[in-house]
Amino acid sequence: MNQTPFAYAPAPESVRPVLKPAYGLFIGGKFVEPRSGKSFKTINPATEESIAMVADAGAEDVARAVAAARKALPAWSKTKPAERAKLLFRVARRIQERSRELAVLESMNGGKPIRESRDEDLPLVAQHFFHHAGWCDKLMYAFAGATAHPIGVCGQIIPWNFPLMMAAWKLAPALACGNTCVLKPAETTPLTALMLGEILQECGLPDGVVNIVTGGPDAGRAITALAGRGVDKIAFTGSTEVGKAIAKSVAGTGTKLTLELGGKSPNIVFADAALDQAVEGVVSGIWFNQGHVCCAGSRLFLEESIHDDFIERLKARMKMLRVGDPLDKNTDVGAINSKSQLEVINRFVSAGSAEGAQKFEVSCDLPKKGFWCRPALFTGVQPSHTIAREEIFGPVLSVMTFRTPEEAVQRANNTTYGLSAGVWTEKAARALEMSNRLSAGVVWLNTFNRFDATAPFGGYRESGFGREGGRQGLMSYVKLANAKKKTGGKR
Amino acid sequence: MTAARIEVAKTLKLYMNGGFPRSESGRTIPIKDAKGRVVAHASHASRKDLRDAVEAAHAAQIKWAAATAYNRGQVIYRIAEMLEARRSELVSLICSIEGRTKADATREVDHAIDRTVCFAGWTDKIAAVLGGKQPVAGPYFVFTMPEATGTVAVVVPDCTPLLSLISLVLPVISAGNAAIVIAPMTNAPLALAVGEALATSDVPAGVVNILTGPRTELCPWIASHRDIAAISGAFLAQADAKSLEIGCAENLKRVHMHHDAPDFDDDAFWHSPFAIAPFVELKTVWHPSAL
Repeated sequence: MNQTPFAYAPAPESVRPVLKPAYGLFIGGKFVEPRSGKSFKTINPATEESIAMVADAGAEDVARAVAAARKALPAWSKTKPAERAKLLFRVARRIQERSRELAVLESMNGGKPIRESRDEDLPLVAQHFFHHAGWCDKLMYAFAGATAHPIGVCGQIIPWNFPLMMAAWKLAPALACGNTCVLKPAETTPLTALMLGEILQECGLPDGVVNIVTGGPDAGRAITALAGRGVDKIAFTGSTEVGKAIAKSVAGTGTKLTLELGGKSPNIVFADAALDQAVEGVVSGIWFNQGHVCCAGSRLFLEESIHDDFIERLKARMKMLRVGDPLDKNTDVGAINSKSQLEVINRFVSAGSAEGAQKFEVSCDLPKKGFWCRPALFTGVQPSHTIAREEIFGPVLSVMTFRTPEEAVQRANNTTYGLSAGVWTEKAARALEMSNRLSAGVVWLNTFNRFDATAPFGGYRESGFGREGGRQGLMSYVKLANAKKKTGGKR
Repeated sequence: MTAARIEVAKTLKLYMNGGFPRSESGRTIPIKDAKGRVVAHASHASRKDLRDAVEAAHAAQIKWAAATAYNRGQVIYRIAEMLEARRSELVSLICSIEGRTKADATREVDHAIDRTVCFAGWTDKIAAVLGGKQPVAGPYFVFTMPEATGTVAVVVPDCTPLLSLISLVLPVISAGNAAIVIAPMTNAPLALAVGEALATSDVPAGVVNILTGPRTELCPWIASHRDIAAISGAFLAQADAKSLEIGCAENLKRVHMHHDAPDFDDDAFWHSPFAIAPFVELKTVWHPSAL
């Protein structure tokens, strides 16, 4: 921490979740030993200390989970919707009750500041279940004139940046629509999903409706390998590279697919913006959750006339960022999720300097153990630079400039991604015009990184397809079937 | 002595960027009627033709999407007017190529024209049905609106040739996308008659382009083309559907093969907004609503 007159005394979160030393796979309503016979250590990235042992699911285990989900499907999909709703409402309430424990565990296992897991992640997790619980018995009003049916068994593969939130975004709509699920949490952050498994059990969700298989990429591949052979739908959140591989493996199987992938989102600041608010928005846009955010505002476009002033304000604000113990309530930037991700970020930072951009980073002390990265920004970035084109998924901002709104639109859209975009201006017509012209699934005007269970989230172009949240998000989990006989187009 | 009059046979070309060019490959394929007589030669579109069509579609799509929904609706209604004027031609083409009765062919043509009218009415209603305003838990004004995906390849199956073409193309263009239609060679005369209707309606050049060629040859090229944003197809052979679906792995194309869809004569689905939904992107916009 910086030793300034304004330094904060440590304010560590004292509650510790009660954990088992080892976790099996959650299949058919029970925690079972993996048939693979393998398990791995899951650690706290801030200390590198082991938290628990977790089962490493093999192909046989995944097949067992899919079979359990299939077995549970007929009864669950025919459960009276209002009854299904009551179970999901109960889950939402139980998550609220246990949210402090879940928030601490999320920060322990993933490295994110407790302030974020407590104030952002957990409220959204509970809201997602609460919102979707209410949809169960209202699906007939959701799709104008069409009848919604469950798709079947959903294979859901989620990332490590918002572990429990991603689990909620996947499970809540799937269950509300009458599907059953096999969820694979990320390799480095399995614990909150397993605790959610316990909560589902406590709440009386029927056995096999949700199954949770922990493991690495092989467990994920085992799920996609069953597409069309037990798995009716694949939902994936993660990198564009893996998303493309999944699309390829699923092709020709008739399996429904939704992908929420990477981004290189622009945050555009016009000279007429409220600059101090914009600075706050830029900070939360890129340094929220250590920059491990698919929709992070990682490309900052400043109108040329305000560049120097804005950078000065931004640097002053960056110096106030407190980097360190994720469980300290004052921490702004926690630990990098894993050693391998830290290496990825460091490679990008080196490339940024090597290609000629100017680096500025916060000069703070970092803990001796654990995985840490100082928040950094690069000025003098050219559109061809690696750090202007590729997703870093870390606390690194690339700053560029523009002269006209036209140029801002062109440069912002000059990417294969299209997840989010931010615009800062006090002129309403300009904000709305920009929102029309930016190719992104979410546009934040004079704000950034806002999420809500009622608001659809998802990408354009190579940031994926399908939406999560709201009525539009339900579409990812229903089949709008028609009662009429199908003849394959023949008359 | 008067000899029987020699019929003036139509040279079948492609419909691209508002004009009717021959395939750059110079290749043609003979088209036979139901009795096995060669009635015409259809252009055999090449990979280069596809690339040219994508270029034309890409340029046209930006303006088409920027047109007002009301304007797009009137243009699509004009397509229906032009098809109605060619009603008897379309009926006789279906009778001759497919060997179907006049009554049967008339049913299909009428259905296709009526479906076009239906989509003329959808353009300014899609946003109301697929978009919305979200009551988020905070002081923000949040709304979601559909936008066109971009350039969409439309791969038409062999069944009910006119109705299938109209059923797949209209949802795509009503939302502001541009279409590159891959029509079956066997029904090239019919597809080109639609092209002529489009050319004489007010559809801007490049918004709809029609190529005739063997699907199995063209599908992998469609799949690998990075400026094609989405693909629509229905009732295709499994191998063709799969080769198109692999295109998703190239640039995350939205590939929609209508696996769950009913036959084209089912209005409940094919007139619904959910025929359009796969070819729009939903954009959610947030703004603070309190100081």
